[in-house]
Amino acid sequence: MEDIAFYIFAGVSLFSALVIVFSKSVIRAAVGLLGTLGGVACLYFLADANLLGAIQLIVYAGGTLILIVFGIMLTSQSPWAAFQPTKFQAIAATIIGLILATGIIRLVTMAPWKSRAAEKLLTQSPAVKDVGESLLTTYLVPFEVASVLLLVVMIGAAYLARTEK
Amino acid sequence: MLAEIGLQHYLVLSALIFSLGVLCMATKRNAIGILIGVELVLNSANINLVGFSKYQTGQLDGHVVAVFVILLAAAEAALAIAIFMNFYNNVRTIDVDRGDELRG
Amino acid sequence: MWLAPMSGVSRNLADWKIPFVLLLAIGPLVGFVTFLTAGLVVSFYRLVGRILAAPWVAFIIFIGAIVGIILLVWVHAEIFAFVHSWDQWDIKRGADTIPVVDIHYDYSVRAIYENGIKGQKLPLPLVGGVCVDAPVLSYVLWPLQFKIVRDLVAVGGIIGFISIVPGFGIWWERKIAGRMQSRMGPMRAGGWHGWAQSAADGIKLIFKEDYVPPTGDGLLFRLAPYFALVPAICAFIALPFAGAWVFRDLDVALLFILAMLGVEVMGVILAGWASNNKWSVYGAMREACQMVSYEIPMGMALLIPVMTAGSLNLGAIAEAQGGGFWTWFIFKNVWCFAAFFIYYCAALASCKRAPFDLPESESELVAGFLTEYSGFRWSLFFFGEYAAMFVIAGLATILFLGGWMSPFPAEWADKFISPDTNYFIKSIIRGVVAANPLWFIAKATFMFFLQLWIRWTLPRIRIDQVLYACVQVLLPMMMAVLLCNTLWILFVDYYQVGWMMMLDKVINWILAGLGVIVTIGMLAIASFGYRHNKALVGTMAVDQLPGK
Repeated sequence: MEDIAFYIFAGVSLFSALVIVFSKSVIRAAVGLLGTLGGVACLYFLADANLLGAIQLIVYAGGTLILIVFGIMLTSQSPWAAFQPTKFQAIAATIIGLILATGIIRLVTMAPWKSRAAEKLLTQSPAVKDVGESLLTTYLVPFEVASVLLLVVMIGAAYLARTEK
Repeated sequence: MLAEIGLQHYLVLSALIFSLGVLCMATKRNAIGILIGVELVLNSANINLVGFSKYQTGQLDGHVVAVFVILLAAAEAALAIAIFMNFYNNVRTIDVDRGDELRG
Repeated sequence: MWLAPMSGVSRNLADWKIPFVLLLAIGPLVGFVTFLTAGLVVSFYRLVGRILAAPWVAFIIFIGAIVGIILLVWVHAEIFAFVHSWDQWDIKRGADTIPVVDIHYDYSVRAIYENGIKGQKLPLPLVGGVCVDAPVLSYVLWPLQFKIVRDLVAVGGIIGFISIVPGFGIWWERKIAGRMQSRMGPMRAGGWHGWAQSAADGIKLIFKEDYVPPTGDGLLFRLAPYFALVPAICAFIALPFAGAWVFRDLDVALLFILAMLGVEVMGVILAGWASNNKWSVYGAMREACQMVSYEIPMGMALLIPVMTAGSLNLGAIAEAQGGGFWTWFIFKNVWCFAAFFIYYCAALASCKRAPFDLPESESELVAGFLTEYSGFRWSLFFFGEYAAMFVIAGLATILFLGGWMSPFPAEWADKFISPDTNYFIKSIIRGVVAANPLWFIAKATFMFFLQLWIRWTLPRIRIDQVLYACVQVLLPMMMAVLLCNTLWILFVDYYQVGWMMMLDKVINWILAGLGVIVTIGMLAIASFGYRHNKALVGTMAVDQLPGK
């Protein structure tokens, strides 16, 4: 049953990613991004990463995506103005994408991943308490640096987007 | 493909989304389209982390690093949107092909 | 084959493996019966109309619905508990398969009959002697051993509940709005106070023209109502109605519900954008701004009960409030009390509910982002809004008002039960005194009523006042409350400073007393108004249609 669920969620994510690449208007690409983020969040729930799935939905789908859509609305000239790449650019990009995809997939499937003993696998979602503890003990320095970084980003974004009067 | 879901399934999915993200970055002329491609790439990295955390290590390190990745992606998207709005106010269009002159 | 005797029937039939084809026939049969009933109702509409216009029909339906829901809830709980008890049987679990479809199952029909049903009596008080020794029951209970079948039954229950909430809520809102404006509200559709108004509205909306603006983005226009409706329904996945009455007992349930309420913003923005109408876009942008801004104080206010209970699991938070109404988190200390009101305000704004309903303001922007929506698509938005209102009300009850725990301490239930009381009476006593999904529904309904009350009492506030209230009032207040609550928990629970613990208890009693006084006061004012309604509103208090 979990196999079917994995294929369904992976299919939804890939389909939405294809919508992003091939859609003509950027707002449809944003809706495709919502589909991808939702599909990936469902994959996280399937892979016993409950907290990560909830954080993905809150921060990414409910925050970053709204920000992107606001950006689209504030910088759009008309709903149907879309910029198309030239044919040469499109074909070159497709070839590069195919080479990249094939290369990485071959690398990944050919590598001898040593599977650890069965009891080392993640069978149930890590408790929120453990994630919080590791954030404050093992990952304390990245945690503090991230908070300073967020402060810097807030100041920077507010300054960059100010209106000159 | 019909084997039991294992590490390689997550890695293959991550590779596909990564290359679709790179394709999106390469073909879009709208700056925000490029930003959407960047988000796809970061999501594929997160899928990788979660897959390894589930099937290789069994620890929660992958999850915590994925939380940091999501955090940094949100911060970077905010700053990128601010830059694009500045660009739009100056050049009157969001087409990145027009941003090829160093003026002022 | 159905009622064959136990002994020595042929090998394959003795285990009574049901062909799945029979189960596949039940779906189309149910659908056929439903459509036949609907067709008969529509063709004999005159007779049906005369029945619906009689006043006693409303009482029958109302009381029948309540009794029916209670019975359904109780029987369903008992059956699921019985199914879970099958794990304790000491039978060899094989890998039996059904030849038609390759599905593995643990319990065959015969095993269910022999271990669970043979020789059992009904646990009811008066008809306790009736034997339920019928093999048919084992056929009926056999599919319930698969998790997916139990999940489907639970999903059916959730969707049924979600369909009732907006239907009842819309009628109730219009009646309350009418009474608060000294008029009667809907009175014509249905014989008793227009109880069928929701049904009439629904049928009207289905028959309206399905208009899609030709110059806008048609695909996104059609897609947007679902982005507003589906997350509100998905929030019910993690919302518990009682201890075991939750679809999935997530340990990050609170974050999941918060996430679902955050994805609704996308539906609103898309609706405004795809209408290709500048008023819709303005409404959508203001709405998205408001919803996203108010998620911050809402999330921070939800942290206070989490800190007090020590878990993000909603079941654990409600269990921690089981000792009587003075242990409810709203009365626990001043910070939790303040957090409740901040959460409620922020949730009202996040649900774009009055007095923050500028996006759908009917007098300013035509209808905001809903301008181009009519008919069934409009009703989908409102279904999502009422479902989200109930989710917010449910969260408020679980986190602050004790969830499904009764106002009495749970230990009092043991005083009334002795070991040989009847099972049925025992579960009734436990339900009334200790914990019950009906307590949750009653409290959540009151929170829902509070939202309707506030909507029709307070005037709408402007968008700049909305954002001022969020960033310059609620957010600093919430930060101060969070800091003070952290320090309070540190000193009272960990360091256990003596005088602070005493102060904590005193504040707890004062707040609990305040709660009792406010409740009694509200009931007193309501009954005064009801008994003196003629003096208060004059000739409008007469309960009959004009001209009769």
